[in-house]
Amino acid sequence: MLSVENKLDMLRKMLLIRHFEEQAEELYMEGKVFGTFHLYVGEEAVAVGACAALQPDDYITSTHRGHGHCIAKGADVKKMMAEIMAKDTGYCHGVGGSMHIADVEQGNLGANGVVGGGIPIAMGAALGCKLQKNGKVVLGFFGDGASNTGNFHEAINMAAILKVPVVFICENNHYAMSNPVKNALAIADISERSGAYGIPGVTVDGNDVLAVYEVVAESVERARQGKGPTLIEAKTYRFKGHSKSDKNVYRTKEEIESWKARCPIKRFKGYLAENDGVPVKKLEDIESQVEQDIAEAIVFGLESPEPTLEEARKMVYA
Amino acid sequence: MPEREITFREAVREALREALRADERVFLLGQDIGIYGGAFAVTLGLIEEFGRARVIDTPISEAAMIGAGAGAALVGSRPVVEIQFSDFIGIGMDQLVNQAAKIRFMFGGKATVPMVLRAPIGCGTGAAAQHSQSQEAWYAHVPGLKVVMPATAYDAKGLLHASLLDDNPVLFFEHKLLYPMKSAVPDKPYTVPLGKAKIRRSGRDVTLLAYALQTVKCLQAADLLADQGIDAEVLDLRTLRPLDTEAIAESIKRTHKAVVVYEAPRTGGFGAEIAAFIGEELFDELDAPVMRLGGLDMPVPYNPNLEQALVPQPDTIAGAVKKLLNRR
Ligand SMILES: Cc1ncc(C[n+]2csc(CCOP(=O)(O)OP(=O)(O)O)c2C)c(N)n1
Repeated sequence: MLSVENKLDMLRKMLLIRHFEEQAEELYMEGKVFGTFHLYVGEEAVAVGACAALQPDDYITSTHRGHGHCIAKGADVKKMMAEIMAKDTGYCHGVGGSMHIADVEQGNLGANGVVGGGIPIAMGAALGCKLQKNGKVVLGFFGDGASNTGNFHEAINMAAILKVPVVFICENNHYAMSNPVKNALAIADISERSGAYGIPGVTVDGNDVLAVYEVVAESVERARQGKGPTLIEAKTYRFKGHSKSDKNVYRTKEEIESWKARCPIKRFKGYLAENDGVPVKKLEDIESQVEQDIAEAIVFGLESPEPTLEEARKMVYA
Repeated sequence: MPEREITFREAVREALREALRADERVFLLGQDIGIYGGAFAVTLGLIEEFGRARVIDTPISEAAMIGAGAGAALVGSRPVVEIQFSDFIGIGMDQLVNQAAKIRFMFGGKATVPMVLRAPIGCGTGAAAQHSQSQEAWYAHVPGLKVVMPATAYDAKGLLHASLLDDNPVLFFEHKLLYPMKSAVPDKPYTVPLGKAKIRRSGRDVTLLAYALQTVKCLQAADLLADQGIDAEVLDLRTLRPLDTEAIAESIKRTHKAVVVYEAPRTGGFGAEIAAFIGEELFDELDAPVMRLGGLDMPVPYNPNLEQALVPQPDTIAGAVKKLLNRR
């Protein structure tokens, strides 16, 4: 059972994700963040609900839209900010960038620029945990689009027959770049695919952080008991474009607005106030602390040095 | 009337449009190539003209996409498969290398696989290690595949038309930084033959051999060298398979010195193949060893300064040339 303190920590992480993303977007406009990156705004409940069901030493694998998973798993926003600013103090010494942030110490086995690329890694990590009998569980995040890759099908099948402790969590935000999920799959729910591999499949409201927590907690428990993988589908929505070059021509304003009205953060705040009697002042305090943390992270990033080619060279081989 | 100038991106789109109009066997297959217009906006507007049956948005399924291209080609269609970043061809590598490339041979010449696989390649956009590679050598290594790497808008259109008419699987690589670059391009269909290099700048002192974006960098380097009294020839190879060894030989016979310039990691890169050819066939013509100037042997770093330092730039190319000329 989650205590109020637990829930407030979940809210804090959701807010941290939201503010991190919004600031990152501004920094990109100012030319302080490079390349491209993919914002998680609107999907915060999935990462936070799911990671809350893990022990600190459990593992996750992440995606190209990885900032939220990173923060939910306990990453330091300073090091994340430094990374997207390509600084030496970042998680990957500035050579990885947004799509490759990893935080192995906190159990984050990495974001991934290749759609679906992390799914076999999650399965393999779970196999390693099983062989080492260390009792750890792996949570593999991926999108609806990734569920059409061969990697997804091959990894789930193998995870199912090897009964490894992994939970596959599909963030169905209804689009893979511009492709609506209904044009990319001939079934209504991605969780249905679990049947093809003989594992349980569940669809959950991905904008309800507590609902996500519940189903993931159950599946994690199952995995820990040696009963094998589960496929969870969390239905959610990204408020922003796919990446920085997206003109959003493939979806309507009305659709975006209707999902914004179902904002997972607003909803969770409402829940905390109503059900747990958390005073609004308390919620505001959490948010201003978060804003301060992000502001400090930005200063840290801006003031950090860049990596050198010599250091980068050392990272090619162990 | 001055000739019309369009961007490399528009030139690729124009070739696709002309081919779709001219030959109903041609169709496009790729992720987000419809209303989104492709990750690099190359196919923008084509779905409006040709509809969803011929401009097909696929799921994220690279192996299936490349296999679909090979299968459709095998039964008489002429597919153009777009892979969003060349890095992801690897996911469909078996379909490309073990299937598409070898079908004709294995079937004793009784089948053809006329597919074009288009993909953006190369670094310089801050997209880091999984979205920035130059893997042309992987494909040029496979008998049965052709590899095309244009450097100008004019060539992009003409080479794409030639690729579309070719009865083999052709990899058509578009360097991302070339997309906005313009050159004069006729507004009618035309072809630039595969396997023909082009001298972009003639010179007497040294030949710079390059392709795709590095051709542009070599031209800039040649300008720097000209200021210092060194007259560099720039040979744009345009296709790696087939390779225009004749043009390479002619140029070396004039300049007697060669620097091969490419963006991919230096070790095992396509530059080695060119250097080996020159060493074997033109040894007596050489006044100095052939030099390779490739990218550093490192995945592409996210940091923009390191990314720049990774691959040959005009000043590093000019520096390498001077080093070569000072050898003797
Ligand atoms: C194998 C592969 N193909 C294509 C791409 C380009 N790409 C990046 S993200 C993306 C859409 C992914 O959709 P989904 O898995 O649903 O995740 P979402 O972006 O919705 O979070 C595409 C096509 C890629 N990175 N990797």
